[in-house]
Amino acid sequence: MNWETVIGLEVHLQLATRSKLFSGAATAFGAAPNTQACAIDLALPGTLPVLNRAAVEMAIRFGLAVHAEINPISVFERKNYFYPDLPKGYQTTQLARPIVGPGHLDIELTDGGSKRVRIHHAHLEEDAGKSLHEGFHGLSGIDLNRAGTPLIEIVTEPDLASAEEAVAFAKKLHAIVTALSISDGDLSQGSMRFDVNISVRRPGEPLGTRTETKNLNSFRFMERAIHKEVARQIDVLEGGGRVIQETRLYDGDTDSARAMRSKEEANDYRYFPCPDLLPLQVDAELIERLRATQPELPEARRARFVTDYGLSDYDAGQLAGDTATAHYFEAAARAAGDAKLAANWVMGEIAARLNSAELGIGQCPVSPEQLGGLLRRIVDHTLSNAIARQVFEELWRGAAADADSVIEAQGLRQVSDSGAIAAMVDAVIGANAQQVAAYRAAPEAKRPKMLGFFVGQVMKASGGKADPRQVNELVAARLAEDA
Amino acid sequence: MHDLTLAEMCDGLARRAFSSIELTRHLLARIAAANPRYNAFITVDEAGALARAETADARLAAGDAPALCGVPIAHKDIFCTRGLRTSCGSRMLDNFIAPYDATVVERLAAAGAVTLGKTNMDEFAMGSSNETSYYGPVKNPWAPDCVPGGSSGGSAAAVAARLAPGATATDTGGSIRQPAALCGITGLKPTYGRVSRWGMIAFASSLDQAGPMARSAEDAALLLQAMAGFDERDSTCLDRPVPDYRAALDQPLAGLRIGLPAEYFGAGLNPGTARAVRDALAEFERQGARLVDIRLPHSDLAVPAYYVIAPAEASANLSRFDGVRYGHRCANPRDLRDLFMRTRAEGFGAEVKRRILVGTYCLSAGYYDAYYHKAQQVRRLIRQDFLDAFAQVDLILGPTCPNPAFAFGAKGGDPVAMYLEDIYTIAANLAGLPALSVPCGLVDGKPVGLQIIGNYFDEARMLAAAHGFQRATDWHRRQPEALAEAGA
Repeated sequence: MNWETVIGLEVHLQLATRSKLFSGAATAFGAAPNTQACAIDLALPGTLPVLNRAAVEMAIRFGLAVHAEINPISVFERKNYFYPDLPKGYQTTQLARPIVGPGHLDIELTDGGSKRVRIHHAHLEEDAGKSLHEGFHGLSGIDLNRAGTPLIEIVTEPDLASAEEAVAFAKKLHAIVTALSISDGDLSQGSMRFDVNISVRRPGEPLGTRTETKNLNSFRFMERAIHKEVARQIDVLEGGGRVIQETRLYDGDTDSARAMRSKEEANDYRYFPCPDLLPLQVDAELIERLRATQPELPEARRARFVTDYGLSDYDAGQLAGDTATAHYFEAAARAAGDAKLAANWVMGEIAARLNSAELGIGQCPVSPEQLGGLLRRIVDHTLSNAIARQVFEELWRGAAADADSVIEAQGLRQVSDSGAIAAMVDAVIGANAQQVAAYRAAPEAKRPKMLGFFVGQVMKASGGKADPRQVNELVAARLAEDA
Repeated sequence: MHDLTLAEMCDGLARRAFSSIELTRHLLARIAAANPRYNAFITVDEAGALARAETADARLAAGDAPALCGVPIAHKDIFCTRGLRTSCGSRMLDNFIAPYDATVVERLAAAGAVTLGKTNMDEFAMGSSNETSYYGPVKNPWAPDCVPGGSSGGSAAAVAARLAPGATATDTGGSIRQPAALCGITGLKPTYGRVSRWGMIAFASSLDQAGPMARSAEDAALLLQAMAGFDERDSTCLDRPVPDYRAALDQPLAGLRIGLPAEYFGAGLNPGTARAVRDALAEFERQGARLVDIRLPHSDLAVPAYYVIAPAEASANLSRFDGVRYGHRCANPRDLRDLFMRTRAEGFGAEVKRRILVGTYCLSAGYYDAYYHKAQQVRRLIRQDFLDAFAQVDLILGPTCPNPAFAFGAKGGDPVAMYLEDIYTIAANLAGLPALSVPCGLVDGKPVGLQIIGNYFDEARMLAAAHGFQRATDWHRRQPEALAEAGA
């Protein structure tokens, strides 16, 4: 018996504004507790909110990127509930009239096709603070640094049919918001958090009862949590039970989930328009100005990489998807003067090293300029690939400012002096009479393979510095001419 | 010296007839002597006042004095004052000291005014009698067994008792005009958005507006001049030029079209009050104004709509008082729920709790449309009534309150009877219109207020009308007999 999975996402995206949604306090992450909360964030009596224009512009930029309607009038409302890290006793958010209306985002499927995922709306809201439950001897600590940080909540239609599609959507969203520079996209710091609404049904039947798994902060956790919840619901239904509408919490460390609260216990949030904020009016002029200055989005960038750099569609997709990687690649390609070589290194050596060191491209110890400088020395035959990797190692360690100084200091310049190479070739041929005889006796078809032995010996003698192309030619010539 | 109007004090200070220190000391001494009787002040800032007075005298001597330099005033205890307790009349904030000044406080200080202290008020401005204050009721200087009105009863009594020539106040449903009427002084609620609400503790954000209380329209004009103007910290504050209110005071009343809403002169209006208001209207007519009968057909819906909208907003505005960050916190909370519940049970008085409950109910799922949404529709109808009326008239006049000051406890058992005291004042808040009250007579020895409602941002015309009336009458100069006998 087969089941269909129906998934909708709610994504909380922290906007990369310098100050908060309704106050001038800074939003930088990691400051000492309660040092980035001003009187407004603390909800001292008499304080009032003033909307951050930058956050509004970022929300509009997002809306434009997902082909959404930007609502000319949107309204902030108060969502009322008591919690110690919610200073006002309400969250200022948007409900009935959000700033971003319906839109869509296309994702690529593993079979090479694509799928359109509808976005129901996206709205602006403020984040709450944090409750800290450890280190207070049985009490809870409150850190209000995050209180008032601007978020947009992006709500999709239930258009996703699998964990893989959900992750593909999340990654695409991540690529777009980082390309727009409206979020730092740092999932580990909670800049992007996913709530996943999941239900299953038999094909052709109406939607099943859904559950909501909250606050997933990595693509991997999201994928695992969905697989787990889908399996659980199928188990329940196949066992003759029914799925209860509830909110669930997934713990990535133990790969397990538990019910947090059922719908029956849900709060009545008593939303009503916030009387401290007038309806937000966005005029067409602002929308057009933002449209005209939208940064390049991953899809357009991918096409450009194919035409401008001659990359394959696959390689272009790999490099264009993540804005930081794309910028790194383009800077390295400029410095190297060879885009394809730069692409290979960024996707190869750099990606592998970052991966094993668990670093993002932003933390890469080798700058794109340094990498480009190194690659330039491959292009002009100063370095062989093997030696280039050796130089890269020095740059990665931070031992040198650029490739040229490593080459200079360690005498790694590739030997391209044909006299010196010829002498080494002669020495190798002289020292290996048996192999030379065997080579000469061998049929033509077998010779190229046997040639490798001599080339290897010469390279070894040169300490790897000989230009392998040159060595190849000289060895072949010498063996042929004495025959 | 305390009998001088605020304008006369400004004049005397400028002429160096007396110093700000002398004036401030004199009023501080009066407050020390009289406050036990009236309970008009919650906090008196003697040291702060004298320090400011000294600074003011230096500026007066140096000749660079701003408009109100050296004039002592009082602030309603709803305005945050840096370093000086702001209680809002509640146990909840009995220990609260704000780290900032309200814009109103800041502007008056910039104009040179000297803060004497913070005046008593109904708890969180919820009340029409000052009986809900955690600090006890204020006594009406005209009749010590009667209420001063509310919520700005402390400011009204302080001005009426000549403890301060002027005071700040706030008005959500009549909280400036009603106590002004009951205490025989002049009080103005400006257009919503004319004065910044920054630093003013919110009761109902879409209705709250700060304004001046003083003994005359001229004094109110001087205070409003300093208080009004755009403030980027309040998103509902309007960026419109502030006219010279004092310069506009002498506009003649002749030709003024004055609307008299039938709904404000119907059943429920005290006959004595009605007579006093009619007499006042005759004076306007005598000066050349034309009286026009008008209708405000949705007037009877103002009180019910108000008692949905104001509590709804208040229920959210007062959620921040949870014992977590400041203010009252219950002792030894067992857990989070206990902390919230006991803190709020202990910190708030009965009327505040009643309104939080009403507001929470009105916003609840299933009731929102029937109450909150409906009340907002009514609000638009009421606003439209006024827009239609102002197409025909320049000002709307009528009684400020149906009755003069009532005795303590007279309406304590019946909240609705208390709410009906604001029957003529609430509509202006719902519409966001400016309105003022001037004394226009006495009934049984107690003052009666005449209300003047103006069109949006028409405060100058309203003040001029009030000033024209006060030039021809002396109700605003009357003082309680007790004061006169005390040799004032």
